[in-house]
Amino acid sequence: MSDTLTRQDLLRRALVGGAALSVPGLVPSLARAAGDAGGTIVFSNWPYYMDINNKTKRHPSLDLFTKQTGIRVKYIEDVNDNAPFFGKIQAQLAHGKSTGRDIIVMTDNSPYPALLIKKGWVEKLDKKALPNIKNLVPNLAHPAWDPNRDYSLPWQSGMTGIAYNEKLTKPITTINQLLTDPKLKGKVTVLSNFGDTVGMVALANGDNPAKIDDASFGRVIAKLKKGKTSGQIRQFTGNDYGGMLAKGDIIAAIAWSGDVVQLQADNKHLKFVLPPDGGMIWTDNMLIPKGGNAHLASMLMNFYYSPKIAAMLEDYVNYVCPVKGADKVLLKSDPAVAKNPLIFPPAAWRAKLHLIDPNSLFNADYKTQWQHLLGA
Amino acid sequence: MKFLHRHRGLVPYLLLGPGLAWLALFFVAPLGFLGHQSLETQDPIALTDTFTWAWHNYSDALTEYHTQLIRSFKYAGLATLLALLISYPLAYFIAFRGGRWKNVLLLCIVGPFFVTYLIRTLAWETILSDNGFVADRLRDLHLIGANDRLLATSTAVVAGITYNFLPFMALPLYVSLEQIDQRLIEAAQDLYANRAWGFLRVTLPLSLPGIFAGTLLTFIPAAGDFINAQLLGTPDQAMIGNVIQSKFLELTDYPAAAALSFILMATILLLVGLYARALGTEKLTG
Repeated sequence: MSDTLTRQDLLRRALVGGAALSVPGLVPSLARAAGDAGGTIVFSNWPYYMDINNKTKRHPSLDLFTKQTGIRVKYIEDVNDNAPFFGKIQAQLAHGKSTGRDIIVMTDNSPYPALLIKKGWVEKLDKKALPNIKNLVPNLAHPAWDPNRDYSLPWQSGMTGIAYNEKLTKPITTINQLLTDPKLKGKVTVLSNFGDTVGMVALANGDNPAKIDDASFGRVIAKLKKGKTSGQIRQFTGNDYGGMLAKGDIIAAIAWSGDVVQLQADNKHLKFVLPPDGGMIWTDNMLIPKGGNAHLASMLMNFYYSPKIAAMLEDYVNYVCPVKGADKVLLKSDPAVAKNPLIFPPAAWRAKLHLIDPNSLFNADYKTQWQHLLGA
Repeated sequence: MKFLHRHRGLVPYLLLGPGLAWLALFFVAPLGFLGHQSLETQDPIALTDTFTWAWHNYSDALTEYHTQLIRSFKYAGLATLLALLISYPLAYFIAFRGGRWKNVLLLCIVGPFFVTYLIRTLAWETILSDNGFVADRLRDLHLIGANDRLLATSTAVVAGITYNFLPFMALPLYVSLEQIDQRLIEAAQDLYANRAWGFLRVTLPLSLPGIFAGTLLTFIPAAGDFINAQLLGTPDQAMIGNVIQSKFLELTDYPAAAALSFILMATILLLVGLYARALGTEKLTG
């Protein structure tokens, strides 16, 4: 928000301070609640990541939040890619200025969430205002770059696995099959995203993706290089593999679960599997950039961590839900979504999901080798 | 007003003012900024850039990416040549035989360009699709093998670039052909030149300004293009635009990206200079 205190702010803070001195416990929370109403927070998110009423173009869950708390939310969809977005806010943060945002959403398969914390460019969550953090699914509770979730909270996750067109091939269940089966020659794409593809191939090599070292990275590059020179791998893609998969130009791909949910709506023959060696999970994390209002932002996070609201959101976005209990709510209203393993992965799937080593994302040598593999 | 009367000589400069200000603000200033950036060094962890007169950014970029640079000029050159070969007869026909259909025919060239660049390129993904009509017919004719493909090859990338920049070639050609005084061609025939000779000695030289403008308008943006290589090619077709794009947006390695941009710009300037020299500038400006 604004980096200067307004007179109202000052008055409110003085009031809270005074109240806290006189009747600790009870009054501060009342004063706060009164103060919170009328506040505004700015929430920067990725496009298509919020429920929307197609007629009114309003976001029902955000409206409900404003109704319940009196806090207005300015919702902007200006995060299109991690690197450019980081570039956009970096200059302000480096100069100690506010970014004008209270919540931003960045992905942990990019180095930026970890970097923001390392540089001290984010505010701590106000956990007192965030009791619903208890609903966070356990396997996302302790990422290496923010072990106690002091600074970040998942918005949505996605799985990385193998997608294939069952009309054109027998099931493809392993990365080795994907990269060597002669029947798939020139009909395979892999993601150009470092963390996803390196993680998947490391798993196939029997290496730990959460701890990438020179040797295991070397094995990943060697395997992919072989796949590229042999002509097995056709392209390295962003989500443009979707169209090719649907058209049959490619038969199988390293793919994102969220894309496959959408593609399946048009083409029932597309399947998504996690290889027996495991798959990757990435998470878009809410963070509060320095100068943002941590208290109000945490209240909003708390709101979205109630199973009911999470269910409301999930019914629209179709990524992997990080909130426990949301599937139980949806079981009544939209059982198809509640039972979709790509949205609510069963425990057996969750156990097979891995996070990429955040340090590998900072390794300049790895990054260069990776870009060379991609030809650019 | 009196001031202007007294200093008549100032008027052209005052009229130039807005244009110059525009250029200074949106071309010279960003260029200076980019030049500054190209001499910075990046801290690989913090991703912060500091100015250090890092001229090695240029030599590093050249050693590492000369393949993509050469490939870009090869593809751009090929696409320009193809566009010229396709556009010249097209423009010639419209200019001399179009009659009252001229405007409709011109609209047909420009029509597809009401659709955004990205969608037009994606359409080529469908056209050249492995099991699409074009690939199937070529297979029937045994022009490509049963397991060969069109999509994700250099052919696809060059075809995409040619298509995407065709109007930039066809329209200037049309304009210069349209302006040719028909009587000159008739005069050539009166002087016993056959049709081919008349074309070579009269029409072609008079259309040179159009060829010059068209080739430049096609070649320059084509050399820096990255969309076609990204959507229709593989890593083996990566062009210098792809490298710059990935340096700027994926790796946030601004110094290297800026150095590459300058190298691209300088090479284009050099090539265009040589080209103008070869064609002879006095012929081009009439």
